[in-house]
Amino acid sequence: MNSQIIFFILAALSIMSALFVVFSKNPIYSVIWLIVCFFTIAGHYIMLNAQFLAIVHIIVYAGAIMVLMLFTVMLLNLNKATEPHKPLLYKVAAMVSGGLMLLVLLASMRSTELGPYAAPAYSESGFVQNVGMVLFTEFLLPFEMTSVLFIAAMIGAVVLAKKEIH
Amino acid sequence: METNMLQANPQNWYLVLSTILFSIGVMGVLMRRNALIILMCIELMLNSVNLLLVSFSAYAGNSEGQVFVFFIMVVAAAEVAVGLALLVSIYRNLATTDIDVLSKLKW
Amino acid sequence: MENLLELTNLIAPATWVPLFPLIGFLIIALFGKQLKSVSGWLASAMILVSFALTCYLFLNLPDNKDLNFELFQWMKWGNITLSFGWLIDHLSLVMMLVITGIGFLIHLYSIGYMHHDEGFSRFFSYLNLFIFFMLLLVMGNSYLIMFIGWEGVGLASYLLIGFWFKNDAYNDAAKKAFIMNRIGDLGFLLAMFFMLFHFGGLDYLTVNEAASKLGLGTLLITSITLLLFVGAMGKSAQIPLYTWLPDAMAGPTPVSALIHAATMVTAGIYMIARSNILFAMAPHTMDVVMWVGVATSIFAAVIGMKQNDIKKVLAYSTVSQLGLMFAALGMGAFESGMFHVVTHAFFKALLFLGAGSVIHAMSGEQDIRNMGGLSKYIKLTWFTFLIGTLAISGIFPFSGFFSKDEILANAFNGHTLVWILLSISSMMTAFYMFRLFFLTFSRDFRGTEDQKSHLHESPWTMTVPLIVLSVFAVIAGFWGLPVVFSETHVFANYLAPIFAESKNILTAHAHLDHSTEWMLMGIATLAALMSIGLAYYFYIQSKLLPEPDAETKGFAKWVADKFYIDELYDKVFVRPMMVLSDLFYVLVDKLVVDLLVMASAWIVGFTGRTIRLVQTGNTGLYLFLMVIGMMVFMFIQLVY
Repeated sequence: MNSQIIFFILAALSIMSALFVVFSKNPIYSVIWLIVCFFTIAGHYIMLNAQFLAIVHIIVYAGAIMVLMLFTVMLLNLNKATEPHKPLLYKVAAMVSGGLMLLVLLASMRSTELGPYAAPAYSESGFVQNVGMVLFTEFLLPFEMTSVLFIAAMIGAVVLAKKEIH
Repeated sequence: METNMLQANPQNWYLVLSTILFSIGVMGVLMRRNALIILMCIELMLNSVNLLLVSFSAYAGNSEGQVFVFFIMVVAAAEVAVGLALLVSIYRNLATTDIDVLSKLKW
Repeated sequence: MENLLELTNLIAPATWVPLFPLIGFLIIALFGKQLKSVSGWLASAMILVSFALTCYLFLNLPDNKDLNFELFQWMKWGNITLSFGWLIDHLSLVMMLVITGIGFLIHLYSIGYMHHDEGFSRFFSYLNLFIFFMLLLVMGNSYLIMFIGWEGVGLASYLLIGFWFKNDAYNDAAKKAFIMNRIGDLGFLLAMFFMLFHFGGLDYLTVNEAASKLGLGTLLITSITLLLFVGAMGKSAQIPLYTWLPDAMAGPTPVSALIHAATMVTAGIYMIARSNILFAMAPHTMDVVMWVGVATSIFAAVIGMKQNDIKKVLAYSTVSQLGLMFAALGMGAFESGMFHVVTHAFFKALLFLGAGSVIHAMSGEQDIRNMGGLSKYIKLTWFTFLIGTLAISGIFPFSGFFSKDEILANAFNGHTLVWILLSISSMMTAFYMFRLFFLTFSRDFRGTEDQKSHLHESPWTMTVPLIVLSVFAVIAGFWGLPVVFSETHVFANYLAPIFAESKNILTAHAHLDHSTEWMLMGIATLAALMSIGLAYYFYIQSKLLPEPDAETKGFAKWVADKFYIDELYDKVFVRPMMVLSDLFYVLVDKLVVDLLVMASAWIVGFTGRTIRLVQTGNTGLYLFLMVIGMMVFMFIQLVY
């Protein structure tokens, strides 16, 4: 019973914060609401016994990515006044599309057979030890490759963002 | 016992939740014209997918799904770094982040 | 099988015989620029090694034994297997000796003849390529390998006729030779398909065995042999496919000597000799072969009498002599035909090389009306050319006398009309050859002063082959002494095992008695001497000179213009083909193909022009469309 209550509270929070992200006029608010949303998702991860991911999620998203976003917002001096305005028709169309998307996705999920499902008594698959075992045995090479990806992304970001010297 | 209870929710709930989050992300991408917000909505969509993957992984008792989520996070971090750099460079040239202004690439 | 075990030590040398020219070709073709003048010596050395290996085979092949060896299996489908292998027997050995021996001498000669030419290396790479394919042609153990060589020598001939490709007329001559040969090759190909279909194989053993089981003169064997003969017609320049050979004189003179006199054009005779059992089974084809040979021999000799280009005269004499050989084959005298191939190879190569030496001395002049009196300036060429002329005219004891006499004797023994016609052809040969000789070497010099000051004997690389060939032109006849001189005919004995079976099939004629043979020889010699006397009377005594082209009239003009055969072919075959091509060009190419192509291009262009307007550059719209597309896909997936 407790877990259901916690789930509903977390789910309501994440949906609400996600909506605020979309509807906030000021980009700073959007960023802050997105951070809230990420925290609730981290809560879901803990509910699912995925402690490792929960921690990584908070560090990477809330800690790194969102800080980067905030800095960009400040760097570009974005605020409510500079926010471009869209016609109402556009907004309605976007909402209808989003709603339709939801409907279609839910419908296709309903038609998907999940198979006979028995709730596992207890799963330790998300523990740091287990994830680490898989990550450093089976997925060692891709894991090492991510460092190459990061180097490439870093260099790319520097090249793109640096002032062009004529 | 406590951890057992945590996982006692039906998996369908997670499916529905992540679908709703994804649709909100789609709606945001369509509705907003600020490229930064669109980038954030894409992050939201990515996260909804992550949530789905983790739920499947947890309910199937298999760690591999979570490793995938880890890699998605890695890619997302790289993507945000490059995407924001692009955004800064665009802003420097056009003094705007409105995607509707970026309509040079056409017939 | 047992002879295989015995002869295994000969397989490697036999395989290396054609490989050396191939290696030479590859090296010279790839590194010709770096090798420069060395390439000539390299090419000659390769042929010399091949010649040495051929001599080794010749000395070590036991009598009455063939080396029939399969190198590898090439293709296999159904119950038909085509393999790649050698057949080294007395017939192919004779041809191999001629090809590599004369080939080497002509390579040596070319070093001197071509040394000014900018395409020196290219020339030698082509020559080596030719020798390779020619060896393949005679060494193969099946019609398929013969066909590879057959096509290959055609290619080499094409490349060498058009060697000076900057001259359009030479290119046309090369194309003409190639296309004429292609007509013949079609016959050869059809014959091969027939054999494959009815005999289930293409190697000589299978075909001969299957053919000898067929009845004498059945439709199948007659059509196969006729088709084979069509192939031989093309390659060996017989009526009606002979017109390419005189034009082929556009190539450098050593090429004319090697390809268009000594070796390639005898491929047709080799082919018929090789399939002697098939031909013996088809008496009708034999008649056709004989009469075509006789007709060609006479016809070419007539044309040869009025030609004024030194190489053209020799070309028509080659056609005429080839006709003589075919007549011999048609009479069933295979060994006589082959004997004439060998002697002809010597004296005709000698004549061509001598002509080359004359042209060399005259700085490129080929018209005999502008020569004369050359004997004083180029003594060695004069002397060797005289030997060649005597040999081709059939004067005792030069080689041509014996081989021609043998064919004439065979003709007298059963085909009197053929004997008369061939004798006339021989007389004409003696006449026009001495006409050529007198006009070139005797009387006064008729060229320009500039040419006169340049007259010089050729370098040793050119004269040595002349001397060697003239020695052979004299003595080659003694391998085939007629019965009246010697008990054993060396050459015929050597080839006897090849033709033994077909001799059984053909009805044997009674041997001529000795007095008749003496009489025939007497008549032939007398006739030749008469012709020479006539030529002497016309061109030395009466100091006649062939008139300029414009003044030729009447029948003489017909002859000088080769009976307008080329023009006839042009009117009958080439023009209608051109008209047809033009018609198809307008109907099919312009109306159908071009329309289709243009229409599809227009459609693509139109749709592109129209649809590109969708690309508005509005990112928001793109996003909408993307999402809608995703939804449509998912919806479709839901419904179905």
